[in-house]
Amino acid sequence: MPVLAIAIAINLGLAALSLFVGVSQVSLSGLWAGQDDQWLVLIESRLPRMAALILAGATMAIAGVLTQTLIRNRFVEPSNTGMMEAAGLGLLLMMLLFPAAPIIAKMAVGTVFAMAGTAIFLAILRRVPMRDPMLVPLIGIMLSGIIFAGSSFVAYRFDMVQSLLAWTQGDLSGVMRGRYELLWLAAVGAGLAWFAADRFTVAGLGRDMASSLGLSHGRVVALGLAIVSLVTAIVVVSVGMIPFLGLIVPNIVSLALGDNMRRAIPWAAIGGAGLVLFCDILGRVIIMPYEVPVGTIMGVIGSAVFLWLIAGRRRAA
Amino acid sequence: MIRIQNITKSFGRTQVLQDVSLDLPEGGVTALIGPNGAGKSTLLSIIARLAPADGGRVSIDGLDAHQAPSADLARLIAMLRQDNHLTARLTVRELIGFGRFPHSGGRLNAADQAAIDRAVAYLDLAELQHRFLDQLSGGQRQRAFVAMTIAQETKYLLLDEPLNNLDMKHARAMMRLLRQISQDLGKTVLVVLHDINFASCHADRIVAMKDGRIFATGTPRQIVAPEVLADLYETDIPVHDIDGRRIAAFYD
Repeated sequence: MPVLAIAIAINLGLAALSLFVGVSQVSLSGLWAGQDDQWLVLIESRLPRMAALILAGATMAIAGVLTQTLIRNRFVEPSNTGMMEAAGLGLLLMMLLFPAAPIIAKMAVGTVFAMAGTAIFLAILRRVPMRDPMLVPLIGIMLSGIIFAGSSFVAYRFDMVQSLLAWTQGDLSGVMRGRYELLWLAAVGAGLAWFAADRFTVAGLGRDMASSLGLSHGRVVALGLAIVSLVTAIVVVSVGMIPFLGLIVPNIVSLALGDNMRRAIPWAAIGGAGLVLFCDILGRVIIMPYEVPVGTIMGVIGSAVFLWLIAGRRRAA
Repeated sequence: MIRIQNITKSFGRTQVLQDVSLDLPEGGVTALIGPNGAGKSTLLSIIARLAPADGGRVSIDGLDAHQAPSADLARLIAMLRQDNHLTARLTVRELIGFGRFPHSGGRLNAADQAAIDRAVAYLDLAELQHRFLDQLSGGQRQRAFVAMTIAQETKYLLLDEPLNNLDMKHARAMMRLLRQISQDLGKTVLVVLHDINFASCHADRIVAMKDGRIFATGTPRQIVAPEVLADLYETDIPVHDIDGRRIAAFYD
């Protein structure tokens, strides 16, 4: 499969590039000469950042595929279904009430909140007659807005606006060794999604067809959305929200290859990782020596691509 | 055998099925006919455990349709509903492959591929099999869904208006196919039909429903008769014998 090889090669190239872009000088010759300071930057900062970019990009794209399959709508992803904002609210409350709790506990609460946010979203969807598929993400955006308003209020009252902003703004400049490793857990979740890909595709055929094929539809949907919630909470707590990623990558993969998840997930992972690597590198060089957060770059690129997708896929949704 | 005992079902205040009991013996094609709102689709969904009944029970070869493990039932009975809207972009062959899910759990082996090939051939989909469903016409899509249901290779096959969207050629081919798989493979086919002439020409048995009850059951010759149809549809329907078949002429 030459296309796959090319895609992987591009990703490897971007990953390598991301190791050598930044304010601190890191170069092959320097590393070769054994310069300790360059090795230190590489190991403590650049490699973790590269790993975080790849993991966050790949897992968020897979989370997007899963969300769209299970909710059966092309235009939903964790950031417009109440999921991300709910995870953020959970993390905020943990910071407020149990500031000394280990990060894994905060993540767990964030996951539970994300699941609750999704449940509320689905409950609203059941009550609203759906004539237009575009209504689904609009409802999600409203719900997200409400939850975020609540979070903002809490954060404002308790002087935690900075933490909240760190989660809402995807930014990898703070990623260091020891501060991103939870993302590997997200990768495990995404791997699980690939392992059970056929079940999720069957669930995406709709309740009746899935039930007729002997699948317990409700359970599989719940499992899938739990995986998405876990991935979302981990990404939010580790690097912050990256908007549009889970939206545009799965849509492009779907246009090219269709929605058989067994086939789509590897491509979504490659596309997601590549796109985030690209946006982060761009953010690092565009106003050197300062940085534009990856979330901002992604917002600009993503919203443009999203508009194009809406125009092109509206009928197909 | 499918045994339906005292099934009742209402949606809100509307009683859709009232104490329906029916035995469907193995083999053959049974056509379910009746006016709109008679409860045909609801009955089919309840038999296929896609909708719960308010009362009564359905057993399929002795298995309680609403108690037995769904995965076991999926190897015994397959159902295709009337409106099948997919958001997922799948190719025809991929969709048919998911009909094998009860047997394969998703990973298709050689036997699954052979079953898919048979279903593709049955429904004349060889040339379309690698196309995406959203690139097909309504009738082609309908055939793909039927192929998926057939690939499930269950003993019982329930189809809710499979002739929807089909032109004359494909409607006729579909009915012949249903008869053929019941004869060749010993399947039991229960199919909701709106055109009683297809029921008359292709079914072994006709079950007529009206107002949530079984109105009449019998052979096509017994059911496609002016006195039965007049009561069933509440309109006069002349019936002619053409080449030994009963044909209702209701187009005037």
